[in-house]
Amino acid sequence: MGTPTVVRVWESEFAVYRKIWTSHVLLAFVQPLLYLLGIGVGVGALIDVNADSASALGGISYFAYLAPALLATTAMISAGQASLWQVLDGFFWGNRYRAMAATPLTPSDIASGLALWHATRASIGVTGVAAVLVFFDETRSWGLLVAIPVAVLTGLAFALPISAWSSTRYGGGSFPTIIRFGLLPMFLFGGAFFPIEELPGWLQPVAYVTPLWHGIELCRGAVIDSVSAGNVGVHLAVLTAYATAGWVACRITFARRLAP
Amino acid sequence: MSALITARELRKEFGDFVAVDGIDFDVAPGESFGFLGPNGAGKTSTMRMIGCVSPITSGTMSVFGLDPATDGPAIRARMGVVPQADQLDSELTVVENLVIYGRYFDIPRAECKRRAAELLDFVQLTDRADQRVDPLSGGMKRRLTIARSLMSEPDLLLLDEPTTGLDPQARHILWDRLYRLKQRGVTLVLTTHYMDEAEQLCDRLVVMDDGRIVAEGSPRGLIEQHATREVLELRLHREALGESASATADEDAAALDAIDGIGDRQEVLPDRVLIYAYDGEAALAEVHRRGIEPVGSLVRRSSLEDVFLRLTGRTLID
Repeated sequence: MGTPTVVRVWESEFAVYRKIWTSHVLLAFVQPLLYLLGIGVGVGALIDVNADSASALGGISYFAYLAPALLATTAMISAGQASLWQVLDGFFWGNRYRAMAATPLTPSDIASGLALWHATRASIGVTGVAAVLVFFDETRSWGLLVAIPVAVLTGLAFALPISAWSSTRYGGGSFPTIIRFGLLPMFLFGGAFFPIEELPGWLQPVAYVTPLWHGIELCRGAVIDSVSAGNVGVHLAVLTAYATAGWVACRITFARRLAP
Repeated sequence: MSALITARELRKEFGDFVAVDGIDFDVAPGESFGFLGPNGAGKTSTMRMIGCVSPITSGTMSVFGLDPATDGPAIRARMGVVPQADQLDSELTVVENLVIYGRYFDIPRAECKRRAAELLDFVQLTDRADQRVDPLSGGMKRRLTIARSLMSEPDLLLLDEPTTGLDPQARHILWDRLYRLKQRGVTLVLTTHYMDEAEQLCDRLVVMDDGRIVAEGSPRGLIEQHATREVLELRLHREALGESASATADEDAAALDAIDGIGDRQEVLPDRVLIYAYDGEAALAEVHRRGIEPVGSLVRRSSLEDVFLRLTGRTLID
């Protein structure tokens, strides 16, 4: 019996996280709060005076439109932070995962332990955002309790495929590109700030096949009563598919890297 | 007692590249066994196969009587590994590094702390226990890595170039600790390209070159078998004195002719000539008698370096 191998890997990630947890938690609070105040309240005041915009947003205020989406976007951004340099470090600079591979732990244990850790870290960040949303009347909802696990799943849909990619690298040269041309465009155009129906027609399918839009739709539907999340089954299936594929990929790439 | 590690026709290929080209060896319990050879000889690849982190391409191997292909976790549970480059968690403190590593083996946290305190004492790092790893010196990090590898109280310790890059004092401290482990009955398997290290630590060693084993024996036995008791090193080159190249080349050739036949055997290296003889001083006297005045001369005991040179025609550190 004893402690499951994935938990032993998790403990190691947690020990390192304990050294930096204040900055992560603070960021999870502060960043969404800034977006909420600057864009949700500030820009929202200009948008909400226009009757046409209200109908485009589904009859809700701009603040109510944006706020729940930040659960999913924060999960994505936080996943990016935890899956690029931090993962490659375990194989390349600090070699923490190599050290683990010399113990009874296998590359698969390490991949699954990392997945468990990504879920934990995302939960911490997303709960921080949810705590901010509780302070505002429009988003103070029991639906937040549903939105938290959905946002965590969204985080995993990014964290696991990106971790698999990172584990094949020999330097962080491609990482800023992933952030600038992958995560940032999704953040801006993935349905958090405006409905994807406003995008040029040829761009809309891009939103459908990326995980973020599905996560945002689910979070918004869970938190705002008057909004429907659309086809919940499809949204969940897409997110689960990304997360599962990423997890399987990690098991393969970690084994290739650690036991060639 | 049966062997702790057995390998037959062991091969490792990476695509077209053959890293280990069919080697046989046995390591007995309690023994201190070394792989000696230059960089690229296949030592690390062999160590990674023993450590069950690199699948063998062909041949057979057993560790603790188990098969690395199927029993990797069980084998690794009884083994400590000191990798070539330190893999410490730089964000964590010295003691946290030990405890977290012990947890990989599922050793209860309280027991991890007890062992960590004991091992820090053993590697003389107790006063650094609560400091971060980053500012430690290279020698201290190495000692911490060794302490970490001992957290699971292994029967077998694998050390891949344990003292490469350390200063002489740090090396001697490390050798002393490893010698104590050996006295406690821990089986040591190490790679090195340092002759003095192999002579200090190994009961028995194999000399590897180009993926193959070219000799096997005790350090002293190998020297007796492949070298003479003493070596006379002569520096004949006169370029250092600023004379013209063509003149010195002629002079060197003449000097080599003149010393021909002295000693049992001679090796001409780019910067010196080695004369293998039972009595080095007598050989030097003969050199002087023939009217040759070398720029420098040195009589020393034969070492594994000479064995390697004899077997491969190359020096160990190019």
